[in-house]
Amino acid sequence: MTDVATPTRPATGLAALRNPDAVLRAPHLPEDVDRQPTDDDTMIVNMGPQHPSTHGVLRVMLELRGEAVLRAKPVIGYLHTGMEKTGEDLTYLQGPTNVTRMDYLAPLFNELVFSLATEQLLGADVPPRATWIRMLMCELNRISSHSLWMATNGMDLGALSMMIYGIRERESVLAFFEKVTGLRMNHNYIRPGGVAADLPAGWRDDVLRIIDAYPARLADYDRLLTGQPIWHQRTEGIGYITAEECIALGVTGPILRSTGVPWDLRRDSPYLAYEEVEFAVVTGTYGDTFDRYAIRLNEIRESIGIVRQILDKLPKGDYRVQDKKVTPPPRGRIDESMEALIHHFKIFTEGFKVPEGEVYVAVESPRGELGCYLVSDGSAKPYRIHMRAPSFVNLQALPHMMTGGLIADAVAVISTLDPVMGEVDR
Amino acid sequence: MTEPDPELPAEEDVPAPPALLHGAPVTASRGQTVVHADPSSYLDVVRALYDDGYGMCVDLCGVDRLLAPAVDLPAGVEPGRFEVVVNLVSIDDRRRVRLRVQVPEVDARVPTLFELHPGTEAMEREVYDFFGIVFDGHPDLSRILMPDDWEGHPLRKDYAVGRIPVQFKGTPPPR
Repeated sequence: MTDVATPTRPATGLAALRNPDAVLRAPHLPEDVDRQPTDDDTMIVNMGPQHPSTHGVLRVMLELRGEAVLRAKPVIGYLHTGMEKTGEDLTYLQGPTNVTRMDYLAPLFNELVFSLATEQLLGADVPPRATWIRMLMCELNRISSHSLWMATNGMDLGALSMMIYGIRERESVLAFFEKVTGLRMNHNYIRPGGVAADLPAGWRDDVLRIIDAYPARLADYDRLLTGQPIWHQRTEGIGYITAEECIALGVTGPILRSTGVPWDLRRDSPYLAYEEVEFAVVTGTYGDTFDRYAIRLNEIRESIGIVRQILDKLPKGDYRVQDKKVTPPPRGRIDESMEALIHHFKIFTEGFKVPEGEVYVAVESPRGELGCYLVSDGSAKPYRIHMRAPSFVNLQALPHMMTGGLIADAVAVISTLDPVMGEVDR
Repeated sequence: MTEPDPELPAEEDVPAPPALLHGAPVTASRGQTVVHADPSSYLDVVRALYDDGYGMCVDLCGVDRLLAPAVDLPAGVEPGRFEVVVNLVSIDDRRRVRLRVQVPEVDARVPTLFELHPGTEAMEREVYDFFGIVFDGHPDLSRILMPDDWEGHPLRKDYAVGRIPVQFKGTPPPR
C-alpha cells in the first residue's frame, strides 16, 4: 500500500465540470502505442463492458497512475435497441409494453410516466381507485428496486451475504406483482386510462405480509452493514459529490438528495395522489457512498409507510376510465354483443387517436427524475416519444466521482450511482 | 404539471399574446410554460433563465418535424425541420420551463449549453447521434448510443425502421 498515490481530487468544484480535459476523451488510440513506456506514463484501462460489477454492459475507460484513477469516461450504447424509434411505430395502447423494458428494475414507473403523458394529452381524468392502485404498485416497485440495489451494492463491496438477502426481499414483491399483473417484470399493467385489471382477491393480505416482514429485515441490514467498520471504510468519503455539481450535471434522485438537497418530485411537483399521503424526503449530508446507502435504506422505510397509508385510504370504484374512445369493452360483453366485439377489435388494431400537442411529464423513479416527452400529431401513434432516463444523466457524474479515487473504489462508485443500462441505452 | 407563471405577462409590459420572456415568445401547452427561441437567441435566453434561477437542465432532446410541421407556434416563430427541446428546472422555486428551438434543415446547428449546464453533454451527443444536429462548441461531439461508424441519423423521420431478414423464411416444411 505504500506506493499507492494518495487519493486526492486533482480538480474539484464547478470549474472541473466545465473543463473539457477533466473527462478522459480518447476517441482514437495514440499513434506511438509500440514504444517503451516510461515511469511517468499513465495507463488507460477498459473496465467492462463485460465486467460483473458494471451492472450490465457499461464500459468505463480509466486513466490510471498506479492504483489511482486520474480520469475516467463512461462509454455506453452496448444495449441500444432503438426503443424511442420503435415507440413511434406502436399505438398508445402498445406503448407501455415498449417503455416498460427500459428501466427493467422499475418497470411500473416507465409505464406510469408514459400513461400520465398520454392522459395529459387526451385530457382524461383517471378514476381515484386507479390512481391509488398505481401509487401502491409504484411504491412496492420502489421497495423492490432498492432491495435489489442493496443486494448488488453489497456484492460489489464484498458483503456477499447481502446479495442473498436483497434478492430474497425482492422476490417477495415480485411474487405479488406476478399475482396482480401476470408477470414478474415488464408488466404492461399501468396503461393509458387506468390499470389493466383490478387487484386480485386477497391482495391486502399479500401486501401486509410483505410490509410486515420488512422492518425486522431492515433491522438485520443495519446489523449486517450499517454499523460495521469495514462497511464504513468502504463507503465513507467515497464517490463524493457536492450539491452544486449535481445540479450543474442534472443529477437527480438519491444522488442529489445525498448532498442535502431535498428534491423529490413526489413532494415538489406532486402527481398521482402523493399530496394525500405523508412521507419524509430523506436527505444526506456529505454526498458520499455511505449517505446514498443510508438514503436508499430509509426510503424503503418511507415507502412502507406510504403503502400502509394506501391500504387505509384506497377508494372503491372503477379501475380504469370509462371512456369508450380509450377503454376496451369488458370481456363478458364481447361474447354477447357484436358492437362490443367490433369496438374491442378497433381499439386493439387501430388504437385511439390523441389530440395534437406536446407534453413533458416527470415522476420520481427510484433512480431520479424519469421524464416522458410526448409529441402527438393527432394520430393513434406518438409522433415522437422521448424518455428522460435518470440513469443516462446520472452516469455523467461518474468521471467526476471517480477522479482521484482508487480503482477499488471505482466499483463502489458505479454501484452507488445505481445505473440500469436498459434505460441508459434505451 | 408545472403551472404557467402568472407573473410573466405582467412583468414584461407587452400586450398578450404573445407574451415575451427575455425577448422570446411564451405559450402554454397543457398548462406547461413553453418558451420559443431561435438558434441565434437560444443561448441568451437560456443564460437569462439561468440567472433567473433555472439552474438545472433536466432534459434536452430533439424532434424531427418533417412529417408534422409544428402548428402550435406563436406568431412570428418560423417552423423548422428540427426542434431542440430543453427542459429547465428551478429547484428553489419548484418551477419548470420548456424551450423549443426551431432548427432549419440546412445547416442544422445550435450553440451548446455545456458552459452553462455541463450536464447537457451526453444529451447533446444523443441529439447529434439521432438527428445530426450540430452543437457548436461542444467538447466531444461524437456518437453516443449508435456505433461510431454508423451511417445516418436513425430518429429522423426519413430514416426507415430497419428490418432483419428472417433466417428460415422459405425453408421447405419437414414433410
